[in-house]
Amino acid sequence: MSSAETPEPGVTRPDPVYTPDAAFFWEGVARGELLGQRCAECHTLVHPPRPMCPNCHSLKREVVRLSGRGKVYSWVIPRHPPPVGFAAAPIVALIELEEGIRLVSNVIEAAPAEVRAGLAVEVTFAPTRGGHAVPVFRPRRGAHP
Amino acid sequence: MSRFAAIAGIGQTEFSKNSGRSELQLAAEASKAALDDAGIDPADVDGMITFTLDPSDEIGLARCLGVRDLAYTTRIPGGGAASVATVCQAMAAVNSGIAETVLIWRAMNERSQYRFGQPLVPATGGVVNVAGNGTGSLLWCMPFGAQTPASWEALASQHYMETFGVTNRDLGHVSVAQRKHAASNPLAWFYGKPITLEDHQHSRWIVEPVLRLLDCCQESDGGVALVITSLERARDLRERPIRIVAAAQSIPKEVEVISNYYHGDLTIMPEAHGVARRLYARSGLKPADMQLAMLYDAFTPQVLRQLEAFGFCGRGEAKDFVKDGNIELGGKLPVNTNGGLIGEAYIHGMNNITEAVRQLRGTATNQVGDLTYALVSCGMAGAILSNE
Repeated sequence: MSSAETPEPGVTRPDPVYTPDAAFFWEGVARGELLGQRCAECHTLVHPPRPMCPNCHSLKREVVRLSGRGKVYSWVIPRHPPPVGFAAAPIVALIELEEGIRLVSNVIEAAPAEVRAGLAVEVTFAPTRGGHAVPVFRPRRGAHP
Repeated sequence: MSRFAAIAGIGQTEFSKNSGRSELQLAAEASKAALDDAGIDPADVDGMITFTLDPSDEIGLARCLGVRDLAYTTRIPGGGAASVATVCQAMAAVNSGIAETVLIWRAMNERSQYRFGQPLVPATGGVVNVAGNGTGSLLWCMPFGAQTPASWEALASQHYMETFGVTNRDLGHVSVAQRKHAASNPLAWFYGKPITLEDHQHSRWIVEPVLRLLDCCQESDGGVALVITSLERARDLRERPIRIVAAAQSIPKEVEVISNYYHGDLTIMPEAHGVARRLYARSGLKPADMQLAMLYDAFTPQVLRQLEAFGFCGRGEAKDFVKDGNIELGGKLPVNTNGGLIGEAYIHGMNNITEAVRQLRGTATNQVGDLTYALVSCGMAGAILSNE
């Protein structure tokens, strides 16, 4: 991790654990950027990241900045056993980004009753207990669904 | 003339919450029982197959059994998705001639020694070099609080449920039917303990709004084993051979085992559709020919989605299909007649395969009359079995 931030007191969210091919994603998140992997030859965007393009088999990868805007595709609230590192049960969601890829994340600043498929969301970032960060999403107020 | 492989023997230990002995001992007991059932000398085993997740070594188990000369071993990734895939691999090994007597086992102290249902979170963050067991994308779930199989499965199923208007109460019909089957199965943990739909609805949320406690399989201690050989040889053995009419795996593009979020349309299970297509094509059979379906049921939504994938009902129709006793004994298509992983025990899918064998032999406790064909599925693999 490029950042060596001191964790904020009271931050309990688990740190991300990732394979070498996903390091760029988490290094970007630590800088407050949501990044994706695109093939430098055929421009196919993939997630989760991988060392070879599944479309043209090129090993040339480029990192692109993602819009951070998307929609809730599915969502759940894990109640029991309580997730490790969360004071209150989080809303876990699968977010479909405008670019067409999906990310597992959280929806924050939203009541469970408000969360549904198609809810427009935008990215923000949340700290983790070891000084890393993760991308999370909040409703995009005033957005047209 | 095509060659066929057959299931010649099945064996198991008791299913419990605390076996009181090592996993290797459970594996050895279940394996010896399966070989005795077939009437095969354990020394003659020449192939061994299990899950990548199984903690016992091939050589450790072979030493217990006194195996003379092992010719073939392999392990299948993907957690419970390995279960029916072991039968597929054993069939392939036997039909190729690489092995003649293949032992399949799965044994675990999955309640007393460790618990699959509890959160699994690494202590510190950063780079790891393992993906592991065909479930590598789970790393993308952990820091968001999706840390258990129930939460991973629920996130995949919620889109299906919202799309087709499936409620948690609809899922309850699966639990009620399977617990009814378990209640009359003395080998089941929940023997004598049926539930009502109201019991289901009063059980606590595990993952809202998808899974309540009674939508989830158990955590169990126990072992299960099967012996696969050629149909020709099986005919001369102790038990009625159960022919593997067809067996298939399917892992379509971008599909994963349980964090299965990255393929196109999450209202379907492309892997189960792939298995169904291969099984029906290879066997020349159709859904209406199946008289029993043993469907991997770690969680109730998986049963609905497999019913649709294997063509027993249309897309989005499984919530109605599972009502009115259709999946119970005497119903249109009896499902998981041992009680399944929910009612009997969670031996990672293997106890659903042995139940199909007992049914086809005509020796099941909850016998579905006379039947000729049974389907067994774990989503990413499946088999059609027959007593003819």
